[in-house]
Amino acid sequence: MLMSIDSISKSYNAFPNPPAKVLHDVTLNIDAGEAIGLVGESGSGKSTIAKCMLALIKPEDGAITYDGIDVIHAKGEELRRFRREVQMVFQDPYGSLNPRMTVEELIGEGLLIHKLEPTAAARRKRVAEIMDMVGLNPNDMDRYTRSFSGGQRQRIAIARALVIRPRILVCDEPVAALDVSVQAQVINLLQDMQKKLNLAIVFVAHDLAVVRHLCEKIVVLHKGKVVEQGSRDEIFGNPRMPYTQSLLAAVPVPDPVAGRARRAARRLETAN
Amino acid sequence: MRTVHPMPDQSTVTPLRPPLVTVDKLTVDMPLGRSGASVRIVDGVDFSIGVGERVALVGESGSGKSLTARALMRLDRLARLSGRVDFDGTDLLKLSDRDMGRLRGSSIAMVFQDPMSFLDPLMTIGDQVAETLRIRGIGKAEARKRALAVLDELGVDRAAQRLDAYPHEFSGGMRQRVVLAMALVGEPRLLIADEPTTALDVRVQDQVLDLLDDVSTRRGLAVLFITHDLGVVAGFAERVMVMYSGRIVEDGEVASVFAKPSHPYTQGLIKAVPRIDQDLNTLYAIPGAPPPPLARPGGCPFHPRCDQRFERCDKDLPMLLPVGLSRVACHLHDGHQHDRKGA
Repeated sequence: MLMSIDSISKSYNAFPNPPAKVLHDVTLNIDAGEAIGLVGESGSGKSTIAKCMLALIKPEDGAITYDGIDVIHAKGEELRRFRREVQMVFQDPYGSLNPRMTVEELIGEGLLIHKLEPTAAARRKRVAEIMDMVGLNPNDMDRYTRSFSGGQRQRIAIARALVIRPRILVCDEPVAALDVSVQAQVINLLQDMQKKLNLAIVFVAHDLAVVRHLCEKIVVLHKGKVVEQGSRDEIFGNPRMPYTQSLLAAVPVPDPVAGRARRAARRLETAN
Repeated sequence: MRTVHPMPDQSTVTPLRPPLVTVDKLTVDMPLGRSGASVRIVDGVDFSIGVGERVALVGESGSGKSLTARALMRLDRLARLSGRVDFDGTDLLKLSDRDMGRLRGSSIAMVFQDPMSFLDPLMTIGDQVAETLRIRGIGKAEARKRALAVLDELGVDRAAQRLDAYPHEFSGGMRQRVVLAMALVGEPRLLIADEPTTALDVRVQDQVLDLLDDVSTRRGLAVLFITHDLGVVAGFAERVMVMYSGRIVEDGEVASVFAKPSHPYTQGLIKAVPRIDQDLNTLYAIPGAPPPPLARPGGCPFHPRCDQRFERCDKDLPMLLPVGLSRVACHLHDGHQHDRKGA
C-alpha cells in the first residue's frame, strides 16, 4: 500500500452558519501503480479528498500516510519528498499554466525546485525527453503556452507533473475542459503513463464512462461519505448500493437503441 | 421562394414533417477588434427543422454551433449575418429589430448553459417567469397565473409558494426548470437549448432531459439542442447535425448516424467516447485539435486530422450532399468519379 487515508473528516468554514462538514470518515487506500477513480456529483467531496491527498488542506480528524510519512504533520525533508512523489494535474490547462513562462520553464520548474538536475543542459535534456514521452515536440520548448491548444496544454501539465518521477498522480477532472475529440488523446496518454511508469493515478471525475475506462478501482462518494468502493467489475457490473445504481443508470449512452432502452427502463423504475 | 443556388435538396432529410425553420446559406461574421476586419465563424450552413422535431447540433469549440443557433434569434448585435432564416414563412434576417423582438420569446425561445447567470438574483421566480408575458402587455394577475401553470407543468413542486422565492433558494436542477419555464411561458414553437444540461450532475441532467422530452412531445415543440455530448444526443434527439469548422459535415436521423456514421469526423467522435456499458482497451483518438476560426485549413477543413484523406481533400471543399437518408460533406461520398467541380 502506497497511501492510506484513514477515516478523515473535513469541515469548511461557513460563517455565520456553523461549519459545513464536507467529508465524513473517509477511508481508502492506494496501491502502487493502480488507477483509482473518485466519482460523485458536485458537493460529494471528491475534490476535497484530492486536496487532502496532496496536503493542500488538512483534515481535522483521521490520518493520511504515504510510504511511511505522516502526511498531515510532515515537515522538512519528509514533506519535500512527499511533495515530489505526489503530483497533480488540474482541470483547466488555461488557468494552471503561467502564460509568462516558456514550455521549458514550466516543465523544468520541478527539477529546479527539487534540485534534481544540477545543470541547465541536463534539465533541458530531461525536459526534451519527457516532452517526447507525452507526445509533444521538443522543438517547441522555447515557446509560450498561448499558441497551444487545450489538449497540448494538458500534455504540458502532465509532463510538468511527471518530470520529477512521482509515484502518485492526482488528476482532478483532467479532461473535462477539453474538446470531445481531444479527450481520448489525454485519456490514452494517462493510461499509457500509468503502465509505463508504474504510476498510481487518482482520477477525480464526474464522467463515469471515462472512469470506467481508465480505473481499476472505483470509490463512489455522496455528500462526503464513501457510499461504495470496489473493483471496476464490481461497481459497474454489479453495484450494490441504490445510490450507485441510480448514478450509473443516469449516464447517457452514445447509442440510440441502448440509450433509449436504458431510459425507458429507468422511467419504469421511477414510476413504480 | 428559394433563391437559385445549386444546393442539394434538403427534403431528403425531413420527409415527414412540414418545416418550421429553413436556414439557407447562413454565414456569421464576427468583427475582430476595431480594425474593421472580421472572421467568418459560420460558413454557409443550411438545414431545416420540422414542426415538433428534436434536432441536436453537435460540435466542438470554435465549430460555430452556438453562433448558428444564436443567429436564428439574432442575439449577437455585432455579428454580420447573411443568407436566409425562414421561420414559418418570414425571413428573420430581414425583420426590423422591433419585429424580431416580438418574435423572441413568443415564437422562438432559448435556454442557456448556466441558469444562475441567466436569472436575476434580485427578482422573484414568479416575476421572472411572468416577465415575457408582462412585456407583451398581459395583466399582472393573468401573467402570474400562467407562470404558475408552467412551473407546475415542469415539475416544480409547491410552485404556488415558490413564486415569491429568489433564485438562490433553488438548486441547480430547479433553476434550470425555472429558466425553462421562462422560455416556455410564451408558448414558443421552437426552443433553442444551448448546452442546457452541461453544468448539471448526471442524475439532474437526466431529469431535465426527461422533462424536455415530455414538454416537446406534449406541446409539439421543436427543439434545437446544442451539445457536445453524444450520449445526450442519442437519448434525446431524432436527428443530429454535426458541425465542424463552421460547416455542417453530416446531418441525418440519429439511429442511422450512430449505426453507420458516414463522415470520418463523426466516425471518430463516436469511437473516441468511452461508454459506461462497454469495456475497451484503448480509445480511438482523433489526432490534432479542432482548428481555431482564424486558422481553418483549405480544402476539407477536417483533412489534416482525417485518417481517410486522399489527394483531393486538401484542395476542394466538399459540398453537403445527400447520401442515403443523410447529408454528408465528404469526398469519400460525393462520387468523385464524376467531375463535380462545378457543383
